[in-house]
This record gives sequence, C-alpha cells and structure tokens, in this order.
Amino acid sequence: MSDTATVPALQEHVHGPLKHQFDDIAQQHEADTLGMWLFLATEVMFFGGMFTGYSIYRSQYHEAFAAASNHLDLLMGTINTGVLIGSSLTMAMAVHAAALGRRRALIICLIATMVLGCGFLGIKAYEYHHKFVENLVPGPNFHFEGNSARETEVFYSFYFAMTGLHAIHMIIGVGILAVLTFYAWWRGFHPQNKHIEITGLYWHFVDIVWIFLFPLLYLVGHHEK
Amino acid sequence: MSTVPVEPVVEAPRNYLNASYGVKSWLLTTDHKRIALLYLVTITILFFLGGAFAVMIRLELATPQGDLMTPDTYNKMFTLHGIIMVFFFLVPSIPATLGNFLVPMMIGARDMAFPRINLLSWYVLTIGAVISISAAVMGGVDTGWTFYTPYSTTYSNTYVTLMAVGIFIAGFSSILTGLNFIVTIHTMRAPGLTWFRMPLFIWSHYATAIIIMLGTPVIAITLLLVGAERTLKLGIFDPALGGDPILFQHLFWFYSHPAVYIMVLPAMGVVSELITCFSRKRIFGYSFVALSSVAIAILSFLVWGHHLFVSGQSVYAGMIFSLLSFMVAVPSAIKVFNWTATLYRGSISYDTPMLYAFGFIGLFTIGGLTGLFVATMAIDLHVHDTYFIIAHFHYIMVGGTVMAYMGGLHYWWPKMTGRMYPEGWAKFSALVLFVGFNLTFFPQFILGYLGMPRRYYAYPEEFQVLNVMSSAGATILGVGYLIPLVYLFWSMRYGERASSNPWGATSLEWQTPSPPPTENFTVTPVVTEEAYTYSHEAPEHV
Amino acid sequence: MSDHIVPIRTYFVIFMTLLIFTLITVGVALVDLGRFNVVVALAIAGIKATLVVLFFMHVRWSSPLTKIFIAASLFWLAILLGFTAADYISRAWTPLGLSW
Repeated sequence: MSDTATVPALQEHVHGPLKHQFDDIAQQHEADTLGMWLFLATEVMFFGGMFTGYSIYRSQYHEAFAAASNHLDLLMGTINTGVLIGSSLTMAMAVHAAALGRRRALIICLIATMVLGCGFLGIKAYEYHHKFVENLVPGPNFHFEGNSARETEVFYSFYFAMTGLHAIHMIIGVGILAVLTFYAWWRGFHPQNKHIEITGLYWHFVDIVWIFLFPLLYLVGHHEK
Repeated sequence: MSTVPVEPVVEAPRNYLNASYGVKSWLLTTDHKRIALLYLVTITILFFLGGAFAVMIRLELATPQGDLMTPDTYNKMFTLHGIIMVFFFLVPSIPATLGNFLVPMMIGARDMAFPRINLLSWYVLTIGAVISISAAVMGGVDTGWTFYTPYSTTYSNTYVTLMAVGIFIAGFSSILTGLNFIVTIHTMRAPGLTWFRMPLFIWSHYATAIIIMLGTPVIAITLLLVGAERTLKLGIFDPALGGDPILFQHLFWFYSHPAVYIMVLPAMGVVSELITCFSRKRIFGYSFVALSSVAIAILSFLVWGHHLFVSGQSVYAGMIFSLLSFMVAVPSAIKVFNWTATLYRGSISYDTPMLYAFGFIGLFTIGGLTGLFVATMAIDLHVHDTYFIIAHFHYIMVGGTVMAYMGGLHYWWPKMTGRMYPEGWAKFSALVLFVGFNLTFFPQFILGYLGMPRRYYAYPEEFQVLNVMSSAGATILGVGYLIPLVYLFWSMRYGERASSNPWGATSLEWQTPSPPPTENFTVTPVVTEEAYTYSHEAPEHV
Repeated sequence: MSDHIVPIRTYFVIFMTLLIFTLITVGVALVDLGRFNVVVALAIAGIKATLVVLFFMHVRWSSPLTKIFIAASLFWLAILLGFTAADYISRAWTPLGLSW
C-alpha cells in the first residue's frame, strides 16, 4: 500500500466512475450528497419520534425520571461522549485524507474511527451489563428501590430503546467503515472517494444523536441528587 | 416456418421491453421502467388480495346476524383488508408504478438518480409484503390497521409483531422511492426544464416524496416501539406503568394522516395531466396548482389531531387541529376549481382516461367535503368510528386515488406496453366502476349517520337494506376491476400498436417511441416552453 | 461546495471545543439551577450539534439546498414535538366554563 503508486490511477478514478444515468461527475456528486442528506432527514424524524415520547413523559414524570437517571453511570456516559466525539474527529480526518488522495492516512483514520466506535459500543455493553445485574431492565424482573417505580420503568424503556437504536446505528456504521477500509486497502482506493464523504455524514449524524441523548438521559436529574 | 398467414414480421425496434429477455433480466434490472412494471405486477396481486378480504367483509355484512364467520375472524378480515390496501397497495400505487415509470421520462432523464436503490426498494416492498402475508396466513391480526395501544401491545394474541415488522420493512421501500424522486427531480432535469415548466405530475410527486421522507420514519419508529413493547416488554405505551396510549395515536397519525396525501397527491398529478390533454388546454393557473401540492404536503402534517377528538386529547388541541384541518381544504379546492376552469371552453374528448379523471373530481370532491364534516368537532363526536368515516375515506382513497390510478394506467398504457387498450371495454368498465363504487359507499354515509359503528360483524335489522345495497355495489365494483385486468392483459399481445404519441400530448415522455428505448431518449431533449402548450385541436386519432 | 478542503487544524479546534462543552455540561448538571438545568443542557447540546454539522459535516461550505433540507427536517421535528406537546400541556387546563 504505497501512496505514490496509485497517483496516475487516482487522477483517473479520483471521483469514481461516472454512472450511465448522469451527464457528468458534478451531477453525480450532487445527487449522491443530496441523497445522503435526505436520508439523514428521515433519520431525524425516526429518532424524533422517540425524542417526542421521551419529552412528553419526562415533563409528566419529572421526579421519577430524575431518580432513574441518577442510576446511570455518569462517568461512563461522559467518557463515551468523548470517545464518540473523537471518532467524529478521525472520521472528518478520513474524509480530508480521501479528498487529498492520501491513501495511507485514509486507512489509518478509518481504522481509528472503527476502533473508537467499537470502544463506544464496548463501554455501552458494560453499562448494559450493569443494568442487568441491578435489575433495571424493563420486564418482569424490573426492580427499582424508591417511589414511583412504575414511571422509572418507563424511563428505562426509553433508555434502552434510544441507546439501543443508537447502538444499532453505530454497528451499521462500523460495518460500512469496515467495507470502505477493505476497499481502500486491498482493492486500491479508487472509486470509493465520495463514499467516504457520504459515510462521514452518516457517522457525524449518529454522533449528533448521542450529543442529545447524553444530556437527556444522563444529566436530567443530577442536580437533585 | 408456419403456413398460417401471420402479420409480416417486422424487426421490432429496440426498446426497454425487448432489450433483453429472461427472468434474470427482469429481477436484476435497474431500468426504472422495468422496475415500474415489477411494481405493477406486485401491487396488482396485493390489490386483489386486499380485495378478497373486502369480499369477506361485505359477505358477512349482507345479513344482520353474524352468520358467516366468528367475530374474531371478522376482526382479522377488516384488519388485513386495511393493512394490505393501505400499506401495500395505496401508498405505493401511483408513485411506485406510474411515478417510477414517468418521473425520469417527464424530466428528460435517462433513469432515476439511484437505479440500484430503486430496484432495492421493490425487493424491500416484496419482502415486507411476504412477511405481512405470512402473518396473515399464520393466524392474522385483529387490531385494525391502526394498531391502537394498549390492545396491540398488551392484549392481542395475534401476529401483531410480525405484521409490524412487515410494514416497517415496506416503509423503507417508500422512503427509498421518495428519496429517489427528490434527488432525481433536483439534479436530473433536462436542459431548459425549469421548475415552473415541469409537468404538474412531477410537482405532485415531489410533494408526495416530501411527505414520504418526513412521515414514514415516524410510523417506523412507532411500530418498532409497539414490537419492542410486545417482545422485549419495554413499557412505552403501557398504561399499567404510567405510559400513555394516546401518545401512540399522536405518533401513529403523524404519519397516517399525511399518508392519505401520499395516496391522493400523485392522483392529483395524474388528473392534471389527463384534464389538460383531453380538453386540449393549458392548465388554468399553473403555479397555483403546482404550489398547492407543496402547500398540501406541509399542511397535511398539521392536522393529525382530528383523529383524536374523542380519544382524550385536550379540547384546546382539538380546536387547533380542527381549524387547521379546514385549512388543508383550501389547496385541495384550488386544484378542483382550477381543473374545472381548465375544462371551461376546452375541446373535451371523452376517452377512457378522461372518464376516470371526471370520476376522480366528483368522488374526490364528495370525499373532501365530507372531510370537512368530520373535521368539525361536534359532528365528529356523532360520526366518529361509524360507517360515515369509512365512506368518507373510501371516497378519497378509492374514489380518488384508485380512479386516478386507473385513469393514469389507461393513459400511459400505450407508452408502457406499446399497445392500445380496447376503448369500448375500457369505457364500459369505467362506467361499471363508477356505478359500483357509489352504490358501495354512498349508503355507508347514511349508515354511519344513522349510527352504525365500524368494525362490527353484526348489526340491527333496520340497517340491512343499506348494507345489502353496499354489498351489491361491492360486487359490481369487483367486476369493474376484473374487466380491466382481463383486457389489459389481452391488449399486451393483441392490442392495436400504439404510436409514440396517441393522445397528442405535450410532455416529454410522449416525444420518444412507445415503448421507449432503455435509456428513454436517443437524444437528450431540450425544453423550450412551458408545460401543456396545447392548441385547441383534438388529437388525430389513430 | 462540499469539495472544500478544511485545514486539519480546524478539525482539532472543533474537537477540543466539543470536549470542553461536554465537560461544561456535566459540570453544570451538578449545580442546581432548577428548571434551567434542562435549558442549559439542551442549549449546550444544540451548540455542539451545530458545530458538528457546520464543520465536520461541511455544511458551512455546502449548497443552499443542503441547508434547506436540514432546516426542513428540523422544522418537521418541531411540528411533531410542538403539536404533541400542545395536547399534553393544555390537557390539564380547565374546560370551557359552560355548565348545563
């Protein structure tokens, strides 16, 4: 994997091949980027449905949600936020490397992004495990010491639904990154240039979802402790 | 070879139908026109499947007693009818078939922006349909197509989760189609085709795609939560935990009310094309009709609470939703008035597509005006969950969407297949459909007003006459759908060959041979004038 | 357009800013500000998200159309949240003072 060997080929393929339905590369790129943004708009509404439900219940069961929130691991949540922001940084750098045609830097950044993404998922799994041990998983075994145990179960339902769905998005993201890394490493890095930028948009979006999940889930009641 | 005198064998020009042969060339195609035909086959099957459930409903309701099936079976029948018709026929109907076929052609593009995603969307719909049909076969669902909680989450012992998965998957098909439309319309218009030169069909599909993109994800997450509540025992809508079933209704109708406009906006696009072509006139007030589509797309998201008037929603929210529901009638009315004004002093010809367009305008108007009745809180209190509602939305969905779908199918049939349909039979079946439809659903307005609730398998004796009328009408309606099925199939082989522009229409899809070549146009068209530049002359009929 | 090359240094600055905001939001959460805790937390989340969108996702250099799409999705999210909330907020209000 040398950077120099691909340069002539790079010039030819730097934007990937032109698909038959488009007139020129600019049109194709515009369509690709637009498509991803539209998809992200649907994702906003997808998560938006859950954020709506969460907000309604939180305003109704304020104390129960605060009490339940205080059982989440704030330290782990904060570390995870940092990890995910870090992965966004490496992802942005991957897009940067791709735009400049630097294959080695691209591969390093992609791998770093995947490692950070998996790190996030690992910490999340650790937190989930703790909730299992503490019987805070909704269902027949749910047990919460204190008042308004019913409403805390609603909180944990949202906690698992929202973070679970977020985690699924992360897993899909890591999978796509793995494919892109494979292409960049073994197949030479030609047609996938724009794909990296588009995957980057997706990755940053998932990061943004977490940026909102973190305060809503972990920080709602800490001052009342 | 054969001694039988046959038509002289002319080398058929290369087109998208004979460009390649074999099952694989269809199942792996990325040609938007072939994908449209795949969709056409799929949703036709699903339509008749959904129709079969309707037959069961109407048979049961022919007599006051519940004598044909058990109440449980009846619940499953209307649920499956609703689910299949709404999610698997009406939502994909016009966009996925006519839209898929025509959007690239009307804007002078070679294909959709994402042809492989387009094919994927068909597979996704098919997989979703297979899952939902398996849920139906394994034992069905009895929640009604609305999946209201807590019945769907806690009490129903039927295959709710599997059905929700099927619909969830089918939702992705809509999203992918909508995404393709928006990107295609934004980036791939032919040189000279500015936004205000586009056919209104394109405008309405653009507006539809907006609704699809912003509404469908919400129903997806809602059904996902219902499934999670059933399988993982999460407590999101469960009243036993302090959850709120009305929250489900909010989220459900946030999609499902705009979904009505997913069905009817493309139909309006079709009708705009038909009215102009068969009255040989420019559309009256082009920009009003175009922008009213966008207005409908936006307003449609502001009215969902009118489904919740009697559900325990706050009265104040109800008042706002009621007011906004009246507002959505404005852009709809703009369209109806402008179509009427277009007809005025046009040279109207009564070809089959035009008959359907007339049918659409009349029936949609009845459906829309009764929509104002039910948007009024006081009247809704009386007719909520009665047959009045059933009649109202069937006038929109069947009287509106299906009429326009049939009209569009006839109008573009020559383009799609290269053959004309038999005009006499087509006119006859259009008439049968119109009569059958009204006989089926008009009595239901009266039934509902008199107080017959929906979703009941038995009813008091005094409702029998109207119910028998409705069941009889449904039979006629069924015949009206079967006749086109037969003659359209027939015409694919034996129909008269169609010229490239049998209606003398102006939009781009008619400026290329019938059936079109694989990449639609041999030379990229350049647009120099506005849409619908019809002169007052009737087309020379072939 | 999106082909704009952003210097790596910018990314690092944004990254550090995001980390600092994360620490601030955690710090503020430990102080009792009453109902303003939520406001501050969401405001900081909003700022962080905006930074990601503008710089990491290059929207600062994107076409107006992209910006319209983002605005539209946020507008629709506001419809969903706002109208649903309108129901819950007004449910407890006293009914119209008509008695018969």
